[in-house]
This record gives sequence, structure tokens and C-alpha cells, in this order.
Amino acid sequence: MTEAVGVATLGTGRAGVQVRLEDLRRRYAGVSALDGFSLTLEPGELIALLGPSGCGKTTALRLVAGLEDADGGQVVVDGKDVTGLPANKRDMGMVFQAYSLFPHMTARQNVAFGLRLRGVKSSERKQRAGDMLDLVGLSAQADRYAHQMSGGQQQRVALARALAIRPKVLLLDEPLSALDAKVRAQLRDEIRRVQLEVGTTTLFVTHDQEEALAIADRVGVMRAGHLEQLDAPGTVYSRPQTPFVAEFVGLSNRIPAMVSGKTAEVLGVHLPLVDETTSDGPAIAIVRPEAFTLAGTIGDTSLDAPLAGTVIATAFLGAVSRITVDLGGGLTVMAQLPTSEASAYPAGTAALLHLRTDAVLVTREAAVVPAPGPAAAAVENVGRAG
Amino acid sequence: MARTRGINARRRRRLNVFRTVVLVLLGVFFLTPLFAMFEFTTRGDTPSSPRSLAAWGEIASAPNLISSIVTSLGLAVITSVAMIVLLVPTMIWVRLRLPRLFRVIEFLCLLPLTIPAIVLVVGLAPVYLWVTYFFGDSALTLSFAYVILVLPYTFRALDAGMSAIDVRTMSEAARSLGAGWTTVMFRIIPPNMRAALLNASLLSVALVLGEFTLANLLNFLNLQVEINQLGQANAPVSIAVALGSLLFAFALLVSLSFVDRPRGSSAPPDEGLIAPLAPVENATWGQQA
Amino acid sequence: MALDLAEATSTPADGRPAKGGRRRLPLAWLGGVPFIGYVSIFLLLPTAIVIFGAFLKGNGGGFTLDNLKSLNQDYVRSAFENSVILSAASALIGAVVGGVFAYVIATGRRDGTMRRIVTSACGVLAQFGGVTLAFAFIATIGGAGFITVFLANHGIDIYSDGVWLYKLNGLVLVYTYFQIPLMVLVFLPAVDGIRPQWREAAESLGGTTWHYWRHVAGPLLFPAFIGSALLLFANAFSAYATAAALVSQGGIIVPLQIGNSLSSEVIVGQQNYGKALAFGMIVVVAIVMALYVVLQRRTTKWLK
Repeated sequence: MTEAVGVATLGTGRAGVQVRLEDLRRRYAGVSALDGFSLTLEPGELIALLGPSGCGKTTALRLVAGLEDADGGQVVVDGKDVTGLPANKRDMGMVFQAYSLFPHMTARQNVAFGLRLRGVKSSERKQRAGDMLDLVGLSAQADRYAHQMSGGQQQRVALARALAIRPKVLLLDEPLSALDAKVRAQLRDEIRRVQLEVGTTTLFVTHDQEEALAIADRVGVMRAGHLEQLDAPGTVYSRPQTPFVAEFVGLSNRIPAMVSGKTAEVLGVHLPLVDETTSDGPAIAIVRPEAFTLAGTIGDTSLDAPLAGTVIATAFLGAVSRITVDLGGGLTVMAQLPTSEASAYPAGTAALLHLRTDAVLVTREAAVVPAPGPAAAAVENVGRAG
Repeated sequence: MARTRGINARRRRRLNVFRTVVLVLLGVFFLTPLFAMFEFTTRGDTPSSPRSLAAWGEIASAPNLISSIVTSLGLAVITSVAMIVLLVPTMIWVRLRLPRLFRVIEFLCLLPLTIPAIVLVVGLAPVYLWVTYFFGDSALTLSFAYVILVLPYTFRALDAGMSAIDVRTMSEAARSLGAGWTTVMFRIIPPNMRAALLNASLLSVALVLGEFTLANLLNFLNLQVEINQLGQANAPVSIAVALGSLLFAFALLVSLSFVDRPRGSSAPPDEGLIAPLAPVENATWGQQA
Repeated sequence: MALDLAEATSTPADGRPAKGGRRRLPLAWLGGVPFIGYVSIFLLLPTAIVIFGAFLKGNGGGFTLDNLKSLNQDYVRSAFENSVILSAASALIGAVVGGVFAYVIATGRRDGTMRRIVTSACGVLAQFGGVTLAFAFIATIGGAGFITVFLANHGIDIYSDGVWLYKLNGLVLVYTYFQIPLMVLVFLPAVDGIRPQWREAAESLGGTTWHYWRHVAGPLLFPAFIGSALLLFANAFSAYATAAALVSQGGIIVPLQIGNSLSSEVIVGQQNYGKALAFGMIVVVAIVMALYVVLQRRTTKWLK
């Protein structure tokens, strides 16, 4: 291993290595947590594994770290199979959910710990630990103990500690989930900045879609031990390949539809199917709120809009607003539009709705997250805890 | 192939073997004396005579023994009641109206841990001359001292119970609805900490039933003193009673660990008798509550 | 009730009475009187009697150091020595064995039946001193004890060098029976405070099991271990009942001497000798307990 030598700088550009997870399998008491899971991280890439709790994402990360044994498959780092290596020989930096700092050591001693184990000289250790704390913006807190730091600061130290050993791979296990919303967003961007700076190949596990979409080069959406879709964040959001991804990432309306041939009829509009092999018959269409536009109020006869309903709620979300429209017959849909336009539709307004003719995903399964009430549809999908 | 790389599994297996060995060894160490006691009570008069449970039957026919059991049970009840009457209103009052006194009360309640019974009894001997003068020489007067002995244990149990229900908010709610302080102290808060009260009472009972030092040196006859004296005359019977009283205390304390499972509780109430020795820091209340 | 007069005193969130209630404050203080009065009579007064008595002449007059000087006799010194040896030995054995036991429990399932049974049992056994414990060991390894007889039938005489059960060695063995469970109870919270992430972090940073114990778990548990051992020491040092039931003659340890001083005939001029002994005991226990509290504080800071 090349740890103690090496350049004094923190590494420049993309110095990462390729990491391959090949056909990983893991069962717990007969239940499959990972079922032939494969994933390749390109050098320097940050991949976020996203999924509900129990989908196997943490198991995948722990198999890479060597903290758990795989029942089958292998982990290949930089061309070498490390599956048989114990965790302490794998050279991987790991950041845990929370409380992972050694409480009897200062921030600096924590960061220097891995170097100490590697026999790095005390003076260099101090120097490098200091550099790492600099990198995460905590040089002023170097002599504090964990209990003297905020949760966000502790996680920064944990990141510095993981990176101080110049690991081949950086593993982040829901590192933000114990923090409050504001710190979370801030630290998320910080982690990304640092990761780009050191260029370490990184696997980031989270149940928070916003986090995954914001930080990753590619997002892997997991479900029941396998990968549903692996794509750039924009693609995962705008072109989900499966109904599960569509519902798990972003907000969706579930609307009754009728499939026939290569189209689905949704609210009287014929939309092309994403998956053309879908069999004919009734189904549920999954439609993003952005696919709906409000085309005017009723009485505005110049418009050709087949859908009419009553606005029952308007939620202001900053630049955009979300409008819930009751279409009658127990069906409500959410539309999303710029706040400037939304002001024309206060609750109670009778409005005309327009559905864009994008390709649509249909499903015959129950919702990913059962909606709390019929009217709320999938609103709760945003920002919920896994 | 499957078994070649089970580093973590192998370590877990090794740990499990270690755990099993330790548990078995300690199990033997702790169960043997208990078994030996039982074995002893079943011996006949001579080594060759057949085993019998006669010693257990003789308990009923030992008048001194029965009266000492009655005494100890009486002590247990009086001590529990006196402890609650003395401690509960004080603790509620201090929480609500005298927060500054909390540390003092806590210190006084934990002090008996530093003043062992054998030391306390030296200073209590002269005090008991007066107790006897005013209250007679019944063994039940031991309750006065026993209340002190159980303080560290009951204080922690009650304190935990009060922390769990947020006494302050509850009293403010009651008072905003028109309740006076007496109503708050006796009719609002105590019913809401039944588990803690039961807990504290059971601890008191268990401690009083096992008490020997004070009774012996202040010359009162309670169960333990009687068992000790009987030990010279009739070992099997005294050992039978000792084992019986131990099992009774055991049952009390085990039931205690089932009583006190508040819904969604944070602190595991495993501590039982050890609660007073837990870190003093936990005494967060008032400000943070 | 008088207490109700104080009702109007408003109490701000920080719990301190508002300035306006100054006049009524003394009434609130009355609420503490019964408890403090009771504790004064049955705890503080006896303690004061012991402490002051240790410095008073036996005939009721004047200050003296004679009582304390009388402690400087061979049999008293040897009693203190024996007490220290007994307490230290049983605390050491209890701490090591109990520490391992606590680790074994902590590595098991936290909501498991095993853990519940063991902690409940420890709660009882830690208090299981006194006559019952003495009898239990007499029934086990006394002259006619179960183990003694069993081994004798197989040609092993555990008392070939004399009967040691009723001596200091025997007391050490008997005391471990309540010291080990006590250790489990006081040490288990600290072991529970060790988070699995620390081991995993140490491992991912390249640490072996030895590194983990040497640099992480060891230093973290050390203060708690020493603190718990001190508590065990104090516990053994102040135990009377077990020894009294086991050792019928003589005062080989301090508690027994105190007991004897109370029950035997009082020698004129020596009335306060027992108080001096008890005072010596308070000093030792108080020092040990103070150290325990200090170490415990540090542990809570780390292993919350």
C-alpha cells in the first residue's frame, strides 16, 4: 500500500479508481437483502444508491466495506478482487450515519487515527490531519471533542477522518440523515465539493431522493435487493424506466387509465406508453404534476381543454406552486406551475386543465407509499423518511 | 467457495462460543449455592436417611419464625408507606416550587450509600433510646431507620417516574383548570406515576425483607436475625426459610422489571436496585423538561 | 392549607420564583420541612453523632484525639488491613469477571430474554448479602456442604489446609457472589455505550481487533472500569451482614469490630471507640465514592 508516502497536497483532479460490484448476494435468515446486485463506479465518480428502507442499499455498502460477508459475488477495486479481504485491509474510508467519532479523542486525533495505525510520523500526522480539517472547514475546531461539536461538525470531522487515509473508495452511509434540514443541504453540497476536490470514487447511500439527485453523478434506485434504474439524476427524474422509480423519485399522480395497443387513455387523452409491451386493460397511469397545465378558468371559451375541475388547494413552494384540482368522481390531481401563474387560481376556482402528451408509465401495483387519504394522492412522497 | 470468505461470520462464531462458555461458567457459579441450599434442606437427620421436605414443613411449626416473618412483613409495609408519604409530596413540591432544593434532596437521598448501615447503626443507637421512649420497644420502630436505608433506591425510581410525566406541565394544566396545590400534589400527579410508586414500594419491600445489620445490632428480632439464630439450632429449617425469602425477593424484583415498562420509554428500567448508583447526570429536569 | 397561600407566586419557565413573590417565598420553603426534618433525625443526627463522637471523651466531656489514637492498636490495624485486602481482592475479582460478563451481555441482543433474565438476576444477587448468602455457602462448601461432600467422596479434600471458609479467603470467595452481579449492573451501561460504529470506523481505517481495544474501546471503558471497581471496593468495605453470619467469633474486619463494640460490654472511657472505628470507615468510603463519582462523570460524557 502506498499510504505513508505520497504527495503533501490533498490530491488533485480525478485520482479515483474503478470499483465493480459483481452479482452480490446476501441473505439474512432466509430473506434476500441483495439478489444479484451489480454496479460499476467509474474512477472518481459519485454514485448515490437511493431506495426505501430495507431495499438493500446499506447492505451493498457494507459488503463493499467488508463489514459484512457476501454470500456470493465479488467486489473488485482497481482491478483487484477484495471480496476475501477483511475490512481493515480494504483501504476504504467510511462515514457513518452519526456518532461515529471516537468520543475520547479530539477532532484532530480522530482524523489522525487512521494515519497513526499506518505508522505515519507524529509531525506528518498532525500536518495531514490539519490539512484535512482545513478542507472541511473545521481548522478552528481541531481540539474539540465530539460532544463539543454540532452534529454537522461531527460529520465533517468524520468525512475528514475517512479521507485522511487517502482511501481508494469513499463510502457514505446516510451521513446526513441525523441532521436537520438546513444543515443537511449545506453539508450535502460540502461533501460534493470535497469529493470533487480529492477525486475519490464514492458510494453514497441515502433514502432521500432530493439528496441523491443533488449530489450524485449517477443515481441508482434500488428496490428489494436489486437495481431498478441507474442513470444521471436528470434522467432518473424525467425519464423513469419503471413505475417504481417514477413514484419513488419525485411526486406523481396516480390516475386510472385504459391501455390498448401502444397507448393509454388517461383522462380522455391518449398517451404513448413508455413500455409498449404492457398488456391491454385497465391500469394506473403515473403522471408528474408538471405534465398538467392549467389552461384558464371556466368561461374562457377560446380554449380547447377537455378537463375541468375545481381548485381545492394551492401550495406555495417558492418559485413554483402546486395546485390540487378536484376533477369530480373522487379523482384529484396535482398540477405544478410557476407561482406567478398560480396566483390566478385561488382555491374554489373552476379551472380548465391540460395534459401534456408525454410518454406515460402505467402500473397495476399498489402505490409505493400508500397515500394517507384519497385526496392527498402522492403528496407525502416528498421528503418523507425512508 | 461459500465458506472460504466468512471473515465476519467466523468472528461472530468465535464470539458466540466465548459468550456461551462465559455464560455457562457463571451460571454454574451462581446456581450451585442456590441448589446446595435446596439440597441441604432435603437431607434427613443422618447421612443415610432418605431425602425429605420435612424441613420446609417445620417452618410452620416454629412460632418464633412465624412471628419474625410477620414482623418483617409489617416492617416492609410500614416502610413502603412511610417512604411514599414522606418522599413523594416532597419531591413533587420541590420540582414545582423549590427547584433550588432539588440538589439538596438528591444529596440527602443518596447519602446513605456513603454512610453504610454498619456506620449508621452506631449513631442510631443513641437515637433509638429516644425512639423507644416515645414509641415503645416494638420491632416495628425499625421502620424509622429503614426509610433512610431505602431512600437511595426509591429516590431514583420516583425521580425517573416524575421525569417521565413532566410534572410541571401537568401541574400548570391542572392549575389553569382551577385546581389548588393540594389537588395537584395528591390527586393529579401521583395517579400518573403509579408504575414508579409500585416500583419504589417493591424495592423497599425487597430491601426490608433482607435487612440484618440494623435489626441485629439494635437488638430487634426480624426475619433475618431469626434465621441467623435458628441457624445454630436447626440449620435445615433456617436454610429453607432463607432460600424461601430469597426466592420471594427474587420474584418481587422480577415482577418489578415487568411492571415498569412505560409505553415507548427511553431509559431501560433494567437498573432495579442499582438505579441510585447510575450516573448523577441524569437529573435533568425543570429547565430541560 | 398554608401552602395554598403561596399559590399566587408566579413561576417563570426557568423554575425560579418571580421577583414579585419574594414575600411569599418562605411559605414555599415549608414544603421541604417534613422531609428534611425526618432525614435530620434519622440520618444526619446519627452521622453527626458518629463523627463528633469520634472526637469526644467517653464521659461526655470535651474534645480528644484519644479515640482515634486507640485505633492504632495491632488488632484494629489488622482489621483495617484485612478489610482493605478483602475489599480490594473481591473488588478486583468482581470487576474482572463482572466486566467480562457485562461484555458478554452487551454483545447479545438488547431486547433478548437472556439479557432480561441476567440483569434481573443481577439486581437480586447484588443485594444478596447477609445471612442467606452466608448460609448458601455453608450449604455449598461448609464442612457438610454439597460440594465438600461430593469432592470428599471423590478423594478431594478442599480443607486439607484447614477450614478457610470462615476466614478472609472464604470471605473473598463469598463476597464475589454479590460483587460480580454488582459489577455487571454498574458497568453494563458503559459497555452498552460503546457504539458498533466505533469498531467499524476503526476497522475501515485499517485497525485490527487489537488496535480497536488498545486505542478505542480500552481507553473509553477504562474510567468506567476503575470507577466500578471503586464502587465494588466501597461495597465490600461496608458490608457487615454476610461476615457477621459467617464469622461468629472475633472481629477480623472493621465492620465486625464495630458490631462487637456495640454489642459487647462497654469499657469505661472507651464508649466512643466504636464511633472512631465508624468514623474511619466513613472516611475511606467517602473518598472511594468521591473518586467513583468523578470517574462516572467522565464516562457519561463519553458514553452517553
